[in-house]
Amino acid sequence: MSLQNFISEAISPWMKNEGPDADIVLSSRVRLARNLNNTPFPLAASKENLEAVIKLAEEKFANRTHRKFGNLELLKMEDMKQNEKRVLVEKHLISPNLSDESKAGAALLSEDESLSIMINEEDHIRIQVLLSGFQLDQSLKYANEIDDWMEEKADFAFDEKRGYLTSCPTNVGTGLRASVMMHLPALVITRQMNRILPAINQLGLVVRGIYGEGSEALGNLFQISNQITLGKSEDDIVEDLRSVVIQLIQQERAARESLLQESKLQIEDRVYRSYGILSYSRNMESKEATQRLSDVRLGIDLGLIDNVSGNILNELMILTQPGFLQQYAGEILSPEQRDQRRAALIRERLKLEKDK
Amino acid sequence: MLCQECQQRQATLHFTKIINGKKTEFHICDVCAKEKGEYIPGSNSFSIHQLLSGLLDVNFSAGAGEVKKPPQELKCKNCGMTYQQFAEIGRFGCADCYETFNPKLDPIFKRIHSGNAVHGGKIPKRIGKDLQVHRQIEQLKQKLQEAVTNEEFEHAAELRDNIRSLEKSLQDKKEG
Repeated sequence: MSLQNFISEAISPWMKNEGPDADIVLSSRVRLARNLNNTPFPLAASKENLEAVIKLAEEKFANRTHRKFGNLELLKMEDMKQNEKRVLVEKHLISPNLSDESKAGAALLSEDESLSIMINEEDHIRIQVLLSGFQLDQSLKYANEIDDWMEEKADFAFDEKRGYLTSCPTNVGTGLRASVMMHLPALVITRQMNRILPAINQLGLVVRGIYGEGSEALGNLFQISNQITLGKSEDDIVEDLRSVVIQLIQQERAARESLLQESKLQIEDRVYRSYGILSYSRNMESKEATQRLSDVRLGIDLGLIDNVSGNILNELMILTQPGFLQQYAGEILSPEQRDQRRAALIRERLKLEKDK
Repeated sequence: MLCQECQQRQATLHFTKIINGKKTEFHICDVCAKEKGEYIPGSNSFSIHQLLSGLLDVNFSAGAGEVKKPPQELKCKNCGMTYQQFAEIGRFGCADCYETFNPKLDPIFKRIHSGNAVHGGKIPKRIGKDLQVHRQIEQLKQKLQEAVTNEEFEHAAELRDNIRSLEKSLQDKKEG
């Protein structure tokens, strides 16, 4: 398969649309946790219980045409190969937990992959809407529509006082987790991030690296999400996050501006070095790739590099993960082989840009 | 915060262990800390908490060996999860656990959700309606009880009819 075809098939269709403020906010995500009333939560449920939940999803929600998301396809974890599941994890469509831990897990996916409904993860149902750029309100609106649509046919566990009942007490109430993935290189380079992070935490929001809890912020990518799910309305939770994100966007823009004014040469040198290394290296660990891609993306956004398309960071961040490399190679690879393949894939991808 | 070991006493020892990059938080009381012995750092040192709890609770000061577990523990009738298990894994087993463990939940939720323990968000459309009807029926039943006690039988009959029609509407919806 040619690289171009592989990429166009591999990348989720939702990623190809450039959302608002996409130079800083890569994606917006809203997740709603729901459980069925009369079935123990997945942790305490028997395999028969869980299979009944999948059956319900299959009969009532799979292959039904939803007016916004179209047809939903049901994928059962047990029917999938290990690497197929891994690719879905790398696309953020399912969690590692669903892929590897669930006794009987499944996922309902929309054709454009902006909607994914995990079945029997920690909760029976987890609705996730993923949109490109800064679109938190829109994500919440769609997630609510799907929630209403499912609630017509399934009895959700809901309590007047506690709200939607979830397996983990950190999700009870709204079951809502809203998050954005932000690229904040200028705030990191100007050493402002260390000052900003504690302030964000004080507002009841959590900042993580790209690979979730406890991970460091590789490639200057930060995931920011709400912590509190109980006591506030969905709109307020999203609004609180949104207002902080707006602040961060402004600060990042200002920091980029001052970098250009005060240290243009150093920045130019940095982004072109990384561009050169990505264009010619033969061996590339994922950590270095992430950092170099962040530099190149910054160079594009600052107008220093003008012959490379902006979504290359999002795209290659996904495509250079182990599952995708193995899918492209058509075989299981050792870590050393992966580093070689990663370098080759990045080189080829950048060459496509030059040939344009 | 209650001790995560015995669920009886206030946790007075809070510490984080990091093993191979995996973080685990511990919140335990002095008694359990002593029982656990060496693997918990600082547990042998005499603390101000010990002094205080000794003053506050006579039984407690009798010493670790004589403190007994409670005779009956909260246990969910639906899924069988005990409060102890819930505290250990940090997950509820089913929707009914929320009811069973309810007396202990407010402080937990308040700690996690910045002082909130009551839902302030969306109410599901379909079940939400049923919930309102259920609540109405409960209220009418109470009134019926009062009416009967006060020997207002005409009023009671009216209430009874109201209850029946509401119950029928729920029943019809279930079947329909």
